[in-house]
Amino acid sequence: MNAEVASVEERKQNLKGMGTARRRVEDARFVQGKGNYVDDIKLPGMLFGDFVRSPYAHARIKSVNKEAALAVPGVKAVLTADDLKPVNLAWMPTLAGDVQMVLADGKVLFQGQEVAFVVADDRYAASDAAELVEVEYEELPVLVDPFKAMDPDAPVLREDLEGKTEGAHGPRRHHNHIFTWEVGDQDGTERALADAEIVAKEKITYQRVHPCPLETAGCVASMDKVNGHLTLWGTFQAPHAVRTVASLISTIPEHKIRVISPDIGGGFGNKVGVYPGYICSVVASIVLGVPVKWIEDRIENLQSTAFARDYHMTGEISATRDGRITGLKCHVLADHGGFDACADPTKFPAGFFNICTGSYDIPVAHVSVDGVYTNKAPGGVAYRCSFRVTEASYFIERMMDVLARKLEMDPAELRIKNFIKKEQFPYTSALGWEYDSGDYHTAMEKALETVKYKALRDEQKANREAFARGETRSLMGVGVGFFTEIVGAGPIKNCDILGLGMFDSCEIRVHPTGSAIARLGTISQGQGHATTFAQILASEIGIPADQITVEEGDTDTAPYGLGTYGSRSTPVAGAATAMAGRKIKAKAQMIAAWLLEVHDDDVEFDVDRFVVKGAPERFKTMAEVAFAAYNNVPPGLEPGLEAVSYYDPPNMTYPFGAYVCVVDIDVDTGVTDIRRFYALDDCGTRINPMIIEGQVHGGLTEALAIAMGQEISYDEMGNVKGASLMDFFLPTAVETPVWETDFTVTPSPHHPIGAKGVGESPNVGGVSAFSNAVNDAFAHLGLTHTQMPHDHWRVWKTAERLGITA
Amino acid sequence: MIPGSFEYHRPESVDGAIALLNEHGDEARLLAGGHSLIPMMKLRMAVPSHIVDLQAIDSLHGISEDGGELVIGALTTQHEVLISDLLARKCPIIPEAAALIADPQVRYCGTIGGNVANGDPGNDMPAIMQALGARFRAVGPNGSRDIAARDYYEAAYFTELEENEVLTQIRIPTPAAGHGAAYEKQKRKIGDYATAAAAVILTVESGRCTSASIALTNVASTPLYAEAAAGALVGTDLGADAVDTAVRLAEEITEPTSDGRGPADFRTHVAGIMVRRAIARAQKNAG
Ligand SMILES: Cc1cc2nc3c(=O)[nH]c(=O)nc-3n(C[C@H](O)[C@H](O)[C@H](O)COP(=O)(O)OP(=O)(O)OC[C@H]3O[C@@H](n4cnc5c(N)ncnc54)[C@H](O)[C@@H]3O)c2cc1C
Repeated sequence: MNAEVASVEERKQNLKGMGTARRRVEDARFVQGKGNYVDDIKLPGMLFGDFVRSPYAHARIKSVNKEAALAVPGVKAVLTADDLKPVNLAWMPTLAGDVQMVLADGKVLFQGQEVAFVVADDRYAASDAAELVEVEYEELPVLVDPFKAMDPDAPVLREDLEGKTEGAHGPRRHHNHIFTWEVGDQDGTERALADAEIVAKEKITYQRVHPCPLETAGCVASMDKVNGHLTLWGTFQAPHAVRTVASLISTIPEHKIRVISPDIGGGFGNKVGVYPGYICSVVASIVLGVPVKWIEDRIENLQSTAFARDYHMTGEISATRDGRITGLKCHVLADHGGFDACADPTKFPAGFFNICTGSYDIPVAHVSVDGVYTNKAPGGVAYRCSFRVTEASYFIERMMDVLARKLEMDPAELRIKNFIKKEQFPYTSALGWEYDSGDYHTAMEKALETVKYKALRDEQKANREAFARGETRSLMGVGVGFFTEIVGAGPIKNCDILGLGMFDSCEIRVHPTGSAIARLGTISQGQGHATTFAQILASEIGIPADQITVEEGDTDTAPYGLGTYGSRSTPVAGAATAMAGRKIKAKAQMIAAWLLEVHDDDVEFDVDRFVVKGAPERFKTMAEVAFAAYNNVPPGLEPGLEAVSYYDPPNMTYPFGAYVCVVDIDVDTGVTDIRRFYALDDCGTRINPMIIEGQVHGGLTEALAIAMGQEISYDEMGNVKGASLMDFFLPTAVETPVWETDFTVTPSPHHPIGAKGVGESPNVGGVSAFSNAVNDAFAHLGLTHTQMPHDHWRVWKTAERLGITA
Repeated sequence: MIPGSFEYHRPESVDGAIALLNEHGDEARLLAGGHSLIPMMKLRMAVPSHIVDLQAIDSLHGISEDGGELVIGALTTQHEVLISDLLARKCPIIPEAAALIADPQVRYCGTIGGNVANGDPGNDMPAIMQALGARFRAVGPNGSRDIAARDYYEAAYFTELEENEVLTQIRIPTPAAGHGAAYEKQKRKIGDYATAAAAVILTVESGRCTSASIALTNVASTPLYAEAAAGALVGTDLGADAVDTAVRLAEEITEPTSDGRGPADFRTHVAGIMVRRAIARAQKNAG
């Protein structure tokens, strides 16, 4: 294109900057199967590790005999807790202030717990030998039900904590108690409930599920004994934090550790934490002096690696008879499993659950959360959501429907009546968050209009009458959901992980010929960072996105950052990108003015160039300025064109959305058919509409999975039921309905480009919309709430309980 | 997810396969499409030390009609069954059921012989074969014999087939022209085995049911041939009473386990619903 004659519009298009549905640059390699994942890494002499895992949920380990395993040809080592003790690694710190066994130390606390680590020449030998490690167990009473965890006679799970009355988050009042976390005005809330005209109460369980990324967790550890450098490739959503943690617990100096996250096949919170496999691989590599690879299989991943949710919530919501909410109370019993390995910011043991007042102007509220130990796998990670935000959103959105039934009011109308109004932003919620911006009424109205809500309700009425007359065995449900998320953790003043402030970063280098590389502290796991961050920069500095390489995940080259989860990349690293871009632009302006022989203030930025004010024919393109940066800069200015920004966000961002789900239920079989799903998302400024749409599709599909089928359940012996993809519901294209997406745009006032983050919204908002639809189908028969997942048999049981099955 | 080690054999004739089975006894397993056996080996629920792969035996492939019988070679894949013109015309319930098995990738490899031979109560073809009155041809060291599908299944993974026999063919009496058939399967998702499923085959003459057979999938440790339920339909006009009776009799013989698909009572209930719906659709398809 000729830079002289191109119109402003053409020049803008050429940049493929913000707002462009630019094709994902990552896809060329992914769709050809040319991604480079951890398991693709092959190093000379590399060995393979495999775990011996506990078949019991709670047992004492009497002895471990490695002899037969060590005799298998190709086996190099078998590690147990006793081998890790001399290097102080039998236990490791968790992100939640607890400690966790790396390898079983004296006892096991959940089925699938790591007991020994076998290292061998290949996976086959490792796997054969793992079968031959003889572990003698003595079974102990098993605690599965979290409601019994704090019974006086409940078995003692954590003997290591015996007598410890102070935990990481305050006093412990029972041997299986982890913490109690309280927010809000308890007395005020109790008063509001006592004085209310209407109070609705419900027990709402968000079942234990699992993020189940397509790629399981794994790593390759390579210790170079000559120079003392450790390189660790792994499925890490936070490579820099992993480096720091690795240094702290291994005592290898941080500059001698290089952590690399290569392509990651989905994370969804599953790959934030530190797992025994990483530590064992590192120790094995140090001991054996060769690289060691560990890749878990699907069953191991589902059984042991970071579950999500498992929140048992009791809610009370009060209102006036005409539907004005006056108060909200919630108690949560949180099942954390055998170790508290939640990945939350330090000060938030229940994450941001106190966003549970949702999108509503609720005058007073109180939340208390009790975390308890049980004989289940550790985790409690944020599965495609900001910390515990999905739980909060599910809670309030179910409570709104429960209240609507009690008021005999339409659930959409109740929501509209209680929305925080546009002019109330910035809005401080009863539980202490400052919502940055929102326009809920507009979003909801657009949603209801698009789906023809009134017509749907009329159709439902006719369906119910036909059902009553025996003309159909199908019931129609309409689920309305409205959510407000809190993402982009976060301001250092209240957000850190292990003392590391949750800022993020971007470093930009503009090359002499006018192309550039940007490196960030985040790491894409499918979000398309290489595409979107280049677009932010393109708009900021006027270099076409196609000429900007985005690189993440190598701690030796990328600036420090806290990684990618909780929809924080765009709010935090995206902001850092814009800010670093602005530093580049400021310097470029000085160079341009110098070249044009005018004062700095007499040039202005125009898409991809600096023009002399009032004389647009006099300009220097960004490419020209870039070249000049390397040979002709104004006196006193350093050469080069680089910038780095570490961005500490002033606030979180608060994306929101309105979802409507229409379901048809076959009451004879419990089979549900999602006839329609409409999702309106407001994520502020939209960087790439195509990527937003893709993120919404993926997030809704996971929401569908959670609402309609996903569950990690245990029998009374603590055996994990159905930890394979035969049982654990991962929808295929066949089960996935057509998604209708829509949007409004309410920029974040404090974010440099007004963007809020979107990757997790559909999961946060979707689950309750599906669940509300299923509940709604039976509402006329008196149902207020039925637990997820809404799989066939549970839906049928609901119908049976309501007396409408054959 | 890593199988134990084994030796791999690839005979080119049925006799060669039988010889290998004789030699290695219960240490050997036949391999057809591998889509039941290999997952079991990866879980180390099966640890055969000799694998006898049948793929190179040409005579085991193909679908034909042979004097009143449809003959399907054991190694015919589920995909080949699904796209067979002959079956679509003469015995459409087989392609209909094949389409409900797993997904295309499984069907490209999985064979009909492996599906019926295996004895997995979750497999769909066994009930279809019972409903159709099929026989399985078994060839062993002492020659060949036919085993009725209705007699073949003893318990989960236990069948009439001897350790040293190969199942070579499925032989199905060609169903009467104008018969009506339907297979109703409820499952949680693509790739899932049935919560419960029912195969129904009917002939109807001037509104009267003249013959009927019903078989059920995955509601007991074997497929269930629901003889009494089918009997309740014969001679009736398939009215509500007859259908109710058939459904009740079918439900009565189920003995499902409780699993991720639901508790036993639900699966029995679904079996009844599947029978009811399969009868209705088979009736519609008849004529
Ligand atoms: C994800 C998934 C989902 C599935 N879902 C379904 C489903 O919904 N319904 C369904 O019916 N099936 C299902 N299957 C099973 C699939 O259809 C198998 O392919 C089939 O059951 C076995 O056929 P195969 O050729 O793969 O047999 P293999 O796995 O090779 O063999 C199975 C067993 O049969 C024996 N065997 C095989 N051939 C012979 C023979 N000719 N003579 C004697 N013994 C023999 C083998 O020794 C082995 O014990 C599923 C499989 C998978 C992986």
